[in-house]
Amino acid sequence: MTAIDDRAAAAPHRGQSLRRKEDPRLITGRASYTDDLNITGQLHAAIVRSPEAHAKIVSIDTSAALERDDVVAVYTGEDMADLLGPLPMAWVPPGVDVQNPPHWPLARGTVKHVGDPVAIVLSEDRGAAIDGAEDVFVEYEPLPVCMDIETALEDGAALTHPEIGTNKCHEWSLGGGDIEAGFAAADVIVERRVVNHRVSGAPIEPRGVLADYRAGALTLHTSTQVPHFVRLFAALILGINEEKIRVIAPEVGGGFGAKLQVTGEEMLCSWASRKSGRPVKWIETRSEHMAVCHHGRDQVATVRLGATKDGRLTAIHSKILADMGAYLMLLTPAVPSLGAFVMSGVYDIPAVQTDITTVFTNKCATDAIRGAGRPEATHMIEVCMDQLADELGMDRLELRRKNFIPKDDFPHETALGIVYDSGNYEGALDLLMEKLDLPALEAEKAELAAKGIRRGIGYSTYTEICGLAPSRITGPEGFGLQTGLWESAIVRVTVTGNVVVYTGTSPHGQGHETTMAQIVADKLGVDPAQVEIMHGDTGTGAMGLGTYGSRTTAVGTEAVARAADKVVEKARSIVSHLLEAAPEDIEVHDGKFSVKGSPDKGLALAEVSGVAHVQPEKMPQGMEPGLEETSFYDPENFVFPFGAHACIVDVEEDTGKVKVVRYVAIDDCGPAINPMVIDGQVHGGIAQAIGQALYEHVMYDDTGQLVTGTFVDYALPTAAELPSFETDRTETPSPVNSLGVKGIGEAGTIAATPAVVNAVIDALKPLGVTYMNMPLGPEAVWTAIQEAGQ
Amino acid sequence: MIPAAFDYTVPGSLDEAIDALRDGGEDAKLLAGGHSLVPLMKLRLAAPTLLVDLRRVPGLHGIERQNGSWRIGAMTRHAELQDRHDDLGVVAHAAAGIADQQVRNRGTIGGSLAHGDSASDLPTILLTLEGTVTAMGPDGAREIAAADLFQDYLTTSLDPLEIITEVRMPAMDGWGHGYQKFTRRAEDWAMVGVAAVVRKNDDGTVAEARIGLTNMGSTPLRATAAEEALVGQPLTAEAIAAAAGHAADGTNPPADRNASEDYKRHLACVLTGRALREAAGLA
Ligand SMILES: Cc1cc2nc3c(=O)[nH]c(=O)nc-3n(C[C@H](O)[C@H](O)[C@H](O)COP(=O)(O)OP(=O)(O)OC[C@H]3O[C@@H](n4cnc5c(N)ncnc54)[C@H](O)[C@@H]3O)c2cc1C
Repeated sequence: MTAIDDRAAAAPHRGQSLRRKEDPRLITGRASYTDDLNITGQLHAAIVRSPEAHAKIVSIDTSAALERDDVVAVYTGEDMADLLGPLPMAWVPPGVDVQNPPHWPLARGTVKHVGDPVAIVLSEDRGAAIDGAEDVFVEYEPLPVCMDIETALEDGAALTHPEIGTNKCHEWSLGGGDIEAGFAAADVIVERRVVNHRVSGAPIEPRGVLADYRAGALTLHTSTQVPHFVRLFAALILGINEEKIRVIAPEVGGGFGAKLQVTGEEMLCSWASRKSGRPVKWIETRSEHMAVCHHGRDQVATVRLGATKDGRLTAIHSKILADMGAYLMLLTPAVPSLGAFVMSGVYDIPAVQTDITTVFTNKCATDAIRGAGRPEATHMIEVCMDQLADELGMDRLELRRKNFIPKDDFPHETALGIVYDSGNYEGALDLLMEKLDLPALEAEKAELAAKGIRRGIGYSTYTEICGLAPSRITGPEGFGLQTGLWESAIVRVTVTGNVVVYTGTSPHGQGHETTMAQIVADKLGVDPAQVEIMHGDTGTGAMGLGTYGSRTTAVGTEAVARAADKVVEKARSIVSHLLEAAPEDIEVHDGKFSVKGSPDKGLALAEVSGVAHVQPEKMPQGMEPGLEETSFYDPENFVFPFGAHACIVDVEEDTGKVKVVRYVAIDDCGPAINPMVIDGQVHGGIAQAIGQALYEHVMYDDTGQLVTGTFVDYALPTAAELPSFETDRTETPSPVNSLGVKGIGEAGTIAATPAVVNAVIDALKPLGVTYMNMPLGPEAVWTAIQEAGQ
Repeated sequence: MIPAAFDYTVPGSLDEAIDALRDGGEDAKLLAGGHSLVPLMKLRLAAPTLLVDLRRVPGLHGIERQNGSWRIGAMTRHAELQDRHDDLGVVAHAAAGIADQQVRNRGTIGGSLAHGDSASDLPTILLTLEGTVTAMGPDGAREIAAADLFQDYLTTSLDPLEIITEVRMPAMDGWGHGYQKFTRRAEDWAMVGVAAVVRKNDDGTVAEARIGLTNMGSTPLRATAAEEALVGQPLTAEAIAAAAGHAADGTNPPADRNASEDYKRHLACVLTGRALREAAGLA
């Protein structure tokens, strides 16, 4: 672990809470989002969407819309026969049969969920396009709907896709160790039905597209996390050569996975631009977003967790039913399996088995939303750990500590064959307990109870798998993703000695323009303000796979660091040549490439770059001019951040209302690049998880109508509902990459729901409540109290 | 998110406003703060052909004490009411709990009462205080008592050509008051809300109690059984608890995604207890 010592001695910017370089433009309204962009001659699109959850399209009458002066064109699915294929689904696990009904940008013959697109109306004016859409008359013949995954596989259930003959999409299992022997060795087994209900990513900027096809080339502005994917699939679906397509993600106002997608609207507007010969702009409304942008979670699991009577875990088995919705989108069926990789959490469990069955329903598709499968899995094991502790009559934390993978046992291969890179779970929990002041919290309990308020404390000790990559494991012959998941970066030193970095990732608010600049600045001996990070444009700079799966630091920034290292190497050669010193004696010190031991003898990066660009003849013989390097990076393993969270709730006994009064989070994502940026990610993640645990729920009624179509009905928590989070870190480096870093974008969301639920159950234990599922809205909690009292 | 096309006019007087409404036909609508009407238009659940904006009509503003009541101009924003707990009492209290500050900066008392949403707070307050609104129409002004104003879901007894010009809220000097609004999030409409005002006799027993319910029916309601149970009783925690148990008597609240009918009835009782304790100074 000598590498760590090197890092500890690293230059000054890393580890500091530098203010975010991107914030001035974001908070002064100077950033350009897709809706801020306009191209001369553009048309506005409105999409006619199905009000039915499942129906045959009998006829579409576009004549009234076309008669309007302000409508330029109306297209339906029939007009789009020239598409080369349906929308993509990128997961083909070897040897597993996945049903994948065709999913078109505009429905062909039937609609499968409320909001399914049926026609597109183009107009010079956005309002007129919407008016025109109201004048498209579609006759539907309603068909029976399938809305409940727990009955969807029964005989006689209405079929989402009758031509498949079943609502089952696929089955997939992942196991390791002897599961039967594991449960046979258990003295106590708890079995719980664990629900991870449907949520929306709900970025504040909904999606938006501005497509401009002209002279055989397509420029597609889209609010996306994955511009390179979009380009690839636009090429394949629209039949345009990849090099003729430029996809630009302008400022993107949040993604949370909702924009990790290749969407029908992107293909539709691009197609419509080619067809109409005009740029086409579509901006999603909030109501559209809630109805048709993919949702997340929606799993019902039966979890069995076994232990000996002294509290040694022997086996965990999760049987997961997952709701796919009506279609498979980019990663829809793969999401539950991402959770399976960490089903055993932070514990040393000899036998682990996860059996996944995925099911079609007449709802919007699910896909990756912040955490994607890992929040669900973490919820399963962490809620069941509390249940098991109760069953054993053992302290919840003692049970956890007893089964933690010990810190000297890393890298640790789990029963599944997954190798956890590094960890110190005890250390994180110790720090959490230090911050928590448990005695004070306990002391207030009695006083509160006298006022009808029940206080509860809940814990979650977690790890997660992120930094998606490594292609060797995730790729076609491994997990089955039909792409590699490497990253690339270009580091270019300008003539004047400033630095432009191109990354293939596509940050959208996380702060990577700052953190990447910190890393590069330290390596090259410049100020982070001199380092510009360019991203989100397939037409300029580096290839890559985008920003999701907490991969941009562990994979993308590592690629940047490696490219910067190559620049340093070249600069050292140049300097050693100029100063007539050995290259290995040149170090970056105080903003200079100087000779070891004589710090005043040296050249600043600007001087080196001056030579490389202006007087290349002074460079070593045969060396290419310029100071620019590229690196492609595909890690050997995932990274596994971890931590320990505690949630304190007060529950009103007479109404069931839950208030989160404190939330303390210890997270470990390796040595910090920028602690403030980490805090920001953790805060947002926890807020999103508290949202799921207590407030947010995408609900449909029995007929397939969406009940939560606006922010009045879909209850995103606001600052008023949340306490000020208390965060801290431990820093355990990852051996996987040279920076020692792990992802942190999803950790809060992955860790926090069980902490909240365990806290509520803890609060209500004196009233006889022993178990509850999310979401814990006031009526659900009140009802549980009533039922326990009977 | 984009409303259907409409015409827009900003009359300079009440007469002009009434004329504009008449000339605009049945789909002409008044616009006050726009925070109920415009969201409906953006979702295309309402499509008025003409909006008659009241913002330049003189005489619709101001809060004045006149004898035993407060005269509040119809265009008074919730934000102007929210900090006046000392004189406006429960009116200020309820206004302060409406949505968030942006909504309170725009929404008006006249708009709220004319919209007649039983989930909104000020209709309940008007009913509880037994206030009135003054409506001006082509045939002159008339005063409408709260109990006559609210007819059904989003339906009032206002004629389409009538404009609320002012609201009268009795000053309730010497009364104790409380308003309890139960929401999931701070900014939400009430799942259930309860207003309570109480006047005591010299011996400490209750002379008069009025209890109003938000979102417990198609209009704001009075919890008459609970009111009656309190009269003549000392204002103790026990008497309050006994009366609060009757708060939902006779109600048929609409169930929604957040609350079943039974739960709403339960909440009405719990909140009535809290509002009464607040009014009694026991909270
Ligand atoms: C996000 C959000 C949350 C909200 N939460 C709450 C809440 O918790 N509690 C609550 O009480 N309210 C809430 N509201 C509603 C808000 O208080 C509205 O402002 C109010 O209900 C209507 O007032 P307005 O002035 O905006 O009326 P407008 O929207 O302008 O008009 C409403 C209706 O009244 C008519 N009208 C307006 N003025 C007059 C008049 N003088 N005479 C006759 N008719 C008139 C209009 O034609 C229209 O039909 C919320 C609104 C929003 C947008």
